[in-house]
Amino acid sequence: MADRIDPAVPALELRGIEKRFDAVRANKAIALRVARGSVHGLIGENGAGKSTLMNIVYGFHRPDAGEIHVQGRRAEIHAPHDAIAAGIGMVHQHFMLVENFTVLENVVLGVESGALLAGGFAHARGELEKLARDYALEVPLDAVVSELPVGLQQRVEILKALYRRAEILILDEPTAVLTPQEADALFAMLRRLRDEGKSVILVTHKLREIMAITDRVTVMRQGAVVGEFETARTSPRELAEKMVGRAVLLRVEKAPARPTETLLAVRDLEVRDRLGVARVKGVSFELRAGEIVGIAGVSGNGQSELLETLAGIRAPTRGAITMGGRDLVAERLGPRARRTLGLAHVPEDRLRMGVVASFSAEDNAILGYHDRPIYNRGVLSNGASIRAECEKKMAEHDVRPPLPALRITAFSGGNQQKLVLAREIDCDPRVLLIGQPTRGVDIGAIEFIHKRLVALRDAGKALLIVSVELEEILGLADRILVMNGGEIVGEVSANEATEEKIGLMMAGVKGEGRA
Amino acid sequence: MSAAAKLPRWAELVLLPLVNLTVALLLSGLIVLLLGESPWTAFKLMLSGSLGSQEGIGYTLYYATNFVFTGLAVAVAFHAGLFNIGAEGQAYVGGLGTGLVALWLGNAPALVVLPLAILAGALFGAAWAFLPAWLQARRGSHIVITTIMFNFIAAALMTYLLVNVLIKPGQQSPETREFGANAFMPAVHELLAKIGVTFAGTPFNLAFGLALIAAALVWVFIWHTRWGFALRVSGENATAAVYAGIVPSKIIVGAMLLSGALAGCLGLNELLGAQHRILIDFTGGAGFVGIAVSLMGRNHPVGIVVAAILFGALYQGGSQLAFDLPKINRDMVVVIQGLVILLCGAMENVFRAPLTKVFVIFRRESAAK
Repeated sequence: MADRIDPAVPALELRGIEKRFDAVRANKAIALRVARGSVHGLIGENGAGKSTLMNIVYGFHRPDAGEIHVQGRRAEIHAPHDAIAAGIGMVHQHFMLVENFTVLENVVLGVESGALLAGGFAHARGELEKLARDYALEVPLDAVVSELPVGLQQRVEILKALYRRAEILILDEPTAVLTPQEADALFAMLRRLRDEGKSVILVTHKLREIMAITDRVTVMRQGAVVGEFETARTSPRELAEKMVGRAVLLRVEKAPARPTETLLAVRDLEVRDRLGVARVKGVSFELRAGEIVGIAGVSGNGQSELLETLAGIRAPTRGAITMGGRDLVAERLGPRARRTLGLAHVPEDRLRMGVVASFSAEDNAILGYHDRPIYNRGVLSNGASIRAECEKKMAEHDVRPPLPALRITAFSGGNQQKLVLAREIDCDPRVLLIGQPTRGVDIGAIEFIHKRLVALRDAGKALLIVSVELEEILGLADRILVMNGGEIVGEVSANEATEEKIGLMMAGVKGEGRA
Repeated sequence: MSAAAKLPRWAELVLLPLVNLTVALLLSGLIVLLLGESPWTAFKLMLSGSLGSQEGIGYTLYYATNFVFTGLAVAVAFHAGLFNIGAEGQAYVGGLGTGLVALWLGNAPALVVLPLAILAGALFGAAWAFLPAWLQARRGSHIVITTIMFNFIAAALMTYLLVNVLIKPGQQSPETREFGANAFMPAVHELLAKIGVTFAGTPFNLAFGLALIAAALVWVFIWHTRWGFALRVSGENATAAVYAGIVPSKIIVGAMLLSGALAGCLGLNELLGAQHRILIDFTGGAGFVGIAVSLMGRNHPVGIVVAAILFGALYQGGSQLAFDLPKINRDMVVVIQGLVILLCGAMENVFRAPLTKVFVIFRRESAAK
């Protein structure tokens, strides 16, 4: 534990941190001071260098130059265990938990203190109960982690860090998996930690969170710190402009929808996973030309399964999906056949499903469309045409850098997503299924993608959007369906929707109109 | 969060394998030293034995031909995300097909019998790969396990056939009668003699050219056709493949049929080109060497041809060594080959991190100047 020193000494101070990956300067002379007993926000677009910086602090990367001072003392951090020893804890966006271990086992993992577990467990149990009391962090210690809701799993991660005597807690995009209500609970917990004298660094791209919880905020752009503000004296607009480097539109500008005929109808759809558990339970809805329907819900409530079933990747156990007078389920049409019918799909998890990470941009730009005559010349593939088409897409969708031969993973998330979207709308589909349109996408690109989606709607396409970003659903959708536990628990039109109303439905409180 | 610094492409493709190979040879030298022979003499003998004479080169390329076929077989499956350990069995059964055509039509015109023998080899090899592929695609039985098992089944089947069915009547050793002369794959020294060039008589034959053609076709198929694209997508990211409408079970079966067909071509070199009859264990482990060749050649046809020639040289140089140095026997040669496989295949990443570090330091210094 840190002994009592001058409170003016910052808990964490970074001086002149430099990090270069090949030609990219990921961190440029970063200076950062995090006061003790404060929540400090770190905000920036994807690729701004936030993660690199935090990975340096936590010892995953070594800086090329610069110093890290913890509680006023210079710290040599070469590996995560050095960071832990210095009192730094990190909660990753993707939890680092052993799913089939209990909470207690997960907390003790790595600090078992001795060859036999029993003693360590007894000690840990006492310690954890005390922590739980001090910070209002109740978690059932003997529950198996996989059976806990995400919010509690995140709590286990925080407990893990505190158990290792962390004074500085880094949270990387912690609300990505939470409902608005769960996020509020997390923030309450963080305030408590702050009041107890801990320092919290909140890495996020959501302006709302910065405004809600932080005391100070540091903005990064292109590897450098471009501004630091006292949260109370700044505004989301100012922060957004700092992040992007120019004025941005925070709200999506669109005219009211004028939906016409039904293009896709889903009736009583049921989807079961491999274990036979129903993931989608009797879902019915219609998608009309010229409208954007948003599906809101906490991740893991059947949206992914619904989307994949509509795209032909999963087979439903019951129900019908009709498009253009044909029942896609009864005809057992796969993804390829559905594409030719005019059903395009931008998957939720880009890196897992939407692209092949080891392939170039141009190869990824034909994924799923590689059989089209335009990409082939007899039995051979037509390299010149593949390249030309990719260049065209890159130009039309402002994909940067416009280099078709570059590996897809060398592009930022936003540019990858623009290319995937370009690929999917290239064949002029009538219905678009879009999962997490802006996951891992920077603000500048979000604006571009949102405008493009609204333009598609206005051109008479039917769009179904699944997103865990409630703000995005509220901004884009003309009609909102809320999913909870595999069912549609409510339908709200855009002009009646509020975050609170939808948040309650997401948590399982049934809304009007459906039920 | 990006990964650690990467090696430049040329270092990845040339320098790293070279470092691995050098370490393997140094270790081998140490063993030779322990046996009481001079490593330097042994190295010189291996080099001159494999590449120092027409005869050595002929044998080296003859061995290499087998390894090109099996290496390509392993590589095609690998690009589809499948580890085909069964090239040995597929080559064995493929050779049966080739041999049967050669026995049956050995006196028909060469232009009839040779294409048919090639086709039969490929078909039999593919057929032997089909069942493991189907089991993987439909039942999820792991291809590594099933292909290993099929190697044993192939060995048992071939022994049975050679001992009980195909054996030349009135003969002790389990092998068939000699093929008709028209079914012989023309030897290179005979062809050269026709144009007045003398070359030492070796089993080096036209199958080497076929192997190079196969390598070129594999390159075109994998990187320049839509089917190769689908195969690579399926191998790299099965989820993305399903998303793209590619059916993984079809890719598994297709890739394994192609893999088996390539392995099945081994008989063209070994049986039609060298033995001129079917005999027990004519594959001689080439199916397993193919795994090392493919790994070392980074699953790329050019790399595979280069690695196959290297292994061919090891085989030929090794025999020379066992012949010339009394303290080194055939088993010692297997040890050296084993070390090369270990260092270049299984442990290929051991020297990557240190080598990358050297490059990073070097780059930083040159950047500072």
